[in-house]
Amino acid sequence: MDAAPGPPGVSPASALPSSSWSLMASELSVLFRRLRTWAMLLALAAIPILIAAAVKLSSHPVAPGRGPPFLDRITQNGLFVGVTAMVVSVPLFLPLTVGVVAGDTIAGEANLGTLRYLLVAPAGRVRLLLIKYAAAAAFCLAATLTVAAAGALAGVALFPVGPVILLSGDTIGVGESAVRSLLIAAYIAVSLLGLSAIGLAISTFTDVPVGAMAATIVLSVVSQVADNLPQLEWLHPWLFSHYWLGFADLLRQPISWTSFSDNALLQAGYIVAAGALAYGKFTSKDVLS
Amino acid sequence: MTEASPPAELAIETQGLSKRFGHRAAVDGIDLAVPRGSVFGFLGPNGSGKTTTIRLLLGLAAATHGHIRVLGGEMPRQLATVLPNVGSLVEGPAFYPFLSGAANLRRLDSADLHASPRTRAARVDEALERVGLSHAAGKKVRAYSLGMKQRLGIAHALLRPRELLVLDEPTNGLDPQGTREVRSLVRSLSAGGTTVFVSSHLLAEVEQMCTHVGVMSVGKLVAQGTLHELRAAGKATIRLHTPDIEAAVRVLSRLGLQSELSAPPPGSYGPDGQSLVSTGPPGHEVAPETIVAALVSDGVRVRGFGVEDASLEERFVSLTGEGFDIAG
Repeated sequence: MDAAPGPPGVSPASALPSSSWSLMASELSVLFRRLRTWAMLLALAAIPILIAAAVKLSSHPVAPGRGPPFLDRITQNGLFVGVTAMVVSVPLFLPLTVGVVAGDTIAGEANLGTLRYLLVAPAGRVRLLLIKYAAAAAFCLAATLTVAAAGALAGVALFPVGPVILLSGDTIGVGESAVRSLLIAAYIAVSLLGLSAIGLAISTFTDVPVGAMAATIVLSVVSQVADNLPQLEWLHPWLFSHYWLGFADLLRQPISWTSFSDNALLQAGYIVAAGALAYGKFTSKDVLS
Repeated sequence: MTEASPPAELAIETQGLSKRFGHRAAVDGIDLAVPRGSVFGFLGPNGSGKTTTIRLLLGLAAATHGHIRVLGGEMPRQLATVLPNVGSLVEGPAFYPFLSGAANLRRLDSADLHASPRTRAARVDEALERVGLSHAAGKKVRAYSLGMKQRLGIAHALLRPRELLVLDEPTNGLDPQGTREVRSLVRSLSAGGTTVFVSSHLLAEVEQMCTHVGVMSVGKLVAQGTLHELRAAGKATIRLHTPDIEAAVRVLSRLGLQSELSAPPPGSYGPDGQSLVSTGPPGHEVAPETIVAALVSDGVRVRGFGVEDASLEERFVSLTGEGFDIAG
């Protein structure tokens, strides 16, 4: 950006940061004012509610070791509803919604035709890409927090709440367990950042948002399937879904941060790689939509 | 851009601008020169490369060859400083259907690096007012008619004072009333010093609001100049009414003009005369007074005489070919 005084009618470059925030705020408002976004968040919120209701209404006690992890503990302590729901949503539901949002980032604007008007504004291609990614990341956090919050509410409403026994055998209070829940939500949100970056990159290659969404979701499934094939063991540490369910360490005392940092590092690698791909494609792309 | 850029006389200037898609040249070596302050009509049949040219001018697509300067700045290198002064409507309006008209404008305005968020609401209201959409500001764009979307698109281009407006088919989808409003809007903007570059496949529209014209055909710029120059480049037509047809034809052919009989204009010149229509080859100009003097000195009784510029339509058809074939 040139620092020279612009032509008349143009505020100086010092207006830059505030207008970037302005576009970010606009991006978030477009994302979260969409009916589709609310439908997806509501569907995510329904998962812990369904789990809690099913456990409550079932006459048989849940046998330990059957069903999703922590399911057997729900009846003793409602705080486990949220954790169970997060475990259930990680393989499919969360990647599904994240795939929709991330795949829509650029392709959705191209499909509406608004991409050309954003670019001639001029939004700046790199700036637009960064803001689109930031909004997708915000959605990752909103999606996981929705599951956690709906889980906490359903758990408190339907089951007794008390001190929680951790995997390490230690007991923590209700307040501390809420913090652990939020940590797990943060872990999962971070887990989804790599997938979001992949979705953004795919989104720069097409004007058909549904295609980009589907490709992103399919990739998340492929990565998880590959992670389950022992023949591909050499590949496992490189798969973006490898640490998706590795948040059990956050339920120990003291907390073991190894898996959190391994996961964050892996996701950062995917953000850099997919970001570079998105940058390379989008900054040289002919916008003909 | 540390040195003060000289005030360019041309708002848009391209040299050898080309864009290829595979083997097909959508834009093929065009040299546009759009003077500042002009209303430049960018004419051409559908598919002649107008919209592609506009995308190149605005930095949406990269040129295969050639140079572009917009408002004195090289595109797309100086895009960030040039585009805030350019308002545009490219290939029809495009909006978020789930947002209201006003919310759409606020959203697109927030993408402008230099637009002040403080004045945003006021500027949006003003732009909506200007295109007569204030009453529908809060309505979702999903519920807008095509004409309303078109107006909203023009409002978007007017969100800030601009030095250059690039309007791609601005009257598309508008009713005659809306078309008139756009024309008067363009005139008032032009009177305020804004250069307007307006593409159209409708001749009448260009003829009524433009000072300059460029004609595209199959990716090439086949003519460019003031409206008057473009008309003059066509064949001027002499219309003569006289009883002395044979003598008149002789005099006219001596002057290099070809003549043929035509039906006299209704209700004119008495019963005993006949009408002639004469044209010279393009570029062959004979002053009307010379023609009349020659006719009179040879004893031709001139009862009616007129010079008609070639209509722009004839010129346009001769440049781009007739019919509805989509080029390319």
